[in-house]
Amino acid sequence: MDYIRMVEEQQLRTDIPSFRPGDTVKVHVKIVEGSRERIQVFEGLVIRRKGDGLRETFTVRRVSNGVGVERTFPLHSPRIEKIEVVRKGIVRRAKLYYIRDLYGKAARIRERR
Amino acid sequence: MSRGILGRKVGMTQVFAEDGRVIPVTVVQAGPCYVLQKKTEASDGYNAIQVGFEEMRESLATKPELGHFKKAGMKSLRFVREFRTNDVDSYEIGQEIKADIFQVGDKVDVTGTSKGKGFAGMRKRHGARRGPMGHGSKYHHRTGSMGAKGPARVFKGRKLPGRHGGERVTVQNLDVVRVDADKNIILIKGCVPGAKKSLLILKESVKAK
Repeated sequence: MDYIRMVEEQQLRTDIPSFRPGDTVKVHVKIVEGSRERIQVFEGLVIRRKGDGLRETFTVRRVSNGVGVERTFPLHSPRIEKIEVVRKGIVRRAKLYYIRDLYGKAARIRERR
Repeated sequence: MSRGILGRKVGMTQVFAEDGRVIPVTVVQAGPCYVLQKKTEASDGYNAIQVGFEEMRESLATKPELGHFKKAGMKSLRFVREFRTNDVDSYEIGQEIKADIFQVGDKVDVTGTSKGKGFAGMRKRHGARRGPMGHGSKYHHRTGSMGAKGPARVFKGRKLPGRHGGERVTVQNLDVVRVDADKNIILIKGCVPGAKKSLLILKESVKAK
């Protein structure tokens, strides 16, 4: 019997849409400000998914004010309110690290329909 | 008094706390254990319960062991260990000890046999630092001084390369994160000694409180 799977299954989320590297997503994250809790939206390009089961994480990259910002979220984190897939993209690798060196027109990704 | 249970290390994963923080955990398949013998001050000079864990084929047990298991009315058990306790009377022979002797939030000490590292050098075995790697150094990972020349010998206990790991290690004061008595699972925060599938001894923490 796979005990690790069994332990993880209890917290796996089933409400996560399917998305993959190259897609653009909006991540609604719960953040605590003092005593208040509010939801912040982080929109950007998914550049990687790694890990398996409850340990899976994904990284979203956005360029804000000319500065690249990457945030890595645990996929099954209860801090994530929801994930919206805004746009699906065609890419030919699983990890889009090359996108960090590109900007402007070169950093575009074709849309998958 | 002191509660204890035997288990096998399953591996590590992580779980989410209520506030969303990630807690690294070791999954332990703990119990069920069975009380095989009660030892008392009068009969043995100290108070303890002897417990066995994990059934095995009859043919794997020696004849003296078989007799011992038969006396307790148990099947052959692979691991037999003792837990010191002052209230021996609260246990019955043949009684089942399950994972629910620990609750979430308890502190435990976990004992296991660390992974063998083979013949290891000073850096891995004793945490020594290395010499300079360049500038004609030639003194990269060597052991260092053997001591003063006065005694004309090396003192006993001098840290030197040698066999490392594969010894009994206890990690104290670990948190119990989750207990599932039906599935015989205990989750312990952080890492514990030993390889996957190795035997672990979980005891109530001696230092807590």
